[in-house]
Amino acid sequence: MATFRIVIMLKPGVLDAAGQAIERGLAALSYDAAQVRAGKVIEITVPDSMRSRVDEMCARFLANPLIETWRVEEVVAA
Amino acid sequence: MTWGVITFPGSNCDQDCVHVLRAVLGQRVEDVWHEGRSLDGLDAVILPGGFAYGDYLRAGAVAATAPVIEAVREFAEAGRPVLGICNGFQILTETRLLPGTLLRNTTQRFRCRPVWVRVESTSTPFTAKIPEGTILEMPIAHGEGGFYAPPDDLAAIERGGQVVFRYCDPRGRVSPEANPNGSAASIAGVANARGNVVALMPHPERASEALLGSADGRRLFESAIAWMAGRGAAAAARTVTPAVVEAAR
Repeated sequence: MATFRIVIMLKPGVLDAAGQAIERGLAALSYDAAQVRAGKVIEITVPDSMRSRVDEMCARFLANPLIETWRVEEVVAA
Repeated sequence: MTWGVITFPGSNCDQDCVHVLRAVLGQRVEDVWHEGRSLDGLDAVILPGGFAYGDYLRAGAVAATAPVIEAVREFAEAGRPVLGICNGFQILTETRLLPGTLLRNTTQRFRCRPVWVRVESTSTPFTAKIPEGTILEMPIAHGEGGFYAPPDDLAAIERGGQVVFRYCDPRGRVSPEANPNGSAASIAGVANARGNVVALMPHPERASEALLGSADGRRLFESAIAWMAGRGAAAAARTVTPAVVEAAR
């Protein structure tokens, strides 16, 4: 088994309404933030035989390549 | 004409569509469950609004993996009419049967209000009988309706005449003020290249009876009914009679 953390972010230039809302919330609490981008994190544990297919899962389903980028990190158990 | 209305877990406008087709327009309608694998015998199919599969991951993303979607794909590839409304639009972009995608509204609000759209293309079953430039009033109700496509794709959609509806004011003027969700080029609805798959964010089924404030949405369904009747007549005219077959031998 292997565990992967997939970080999905909107591409630069795609308007990030959630990030903007968070930025306003921070400003309301008097925290200056030059920019906030909101994405999502998905952790999946797969059999070793599926290791090579994680990127394919992202491209087909977990992310929308039209608007999102993704980064896959293997999570090594402590 | 027999319509199919697909119900996903979380669909909530399916019965509104069934009501309009059956009670208002006298059509035959079959309820299609998301686990169905066949659309045989249907003349047109609707993917209704709602929050299919809870809109988890992205709106429409999980629904695009439902068993019925393969049947929808085959149905669409055979040139039969498919209409996506609101969440149905999101599902059809996730299946890639339609170009682009829908982003969260730039207004950062769920918008629920009447809007006006201008008919930009009559090359689809759902607009074939509505004159180009007609202004239709229908309600929207969505949080993720901002149409987006990368610049090259957007140019191709425009060039291909695939923009079917554009948000406008009551007099038909397209402007940022009349665009409720930040959609690129004020696009409210698009079609595939062939024109048989159409989707829009406004709800025609919620604007199909004057009692509800507008009956403009009914024109989309009426257009498809007339289009189908015309196609049936054309097919009948093409039918080869036994005498012709005999003569050809």
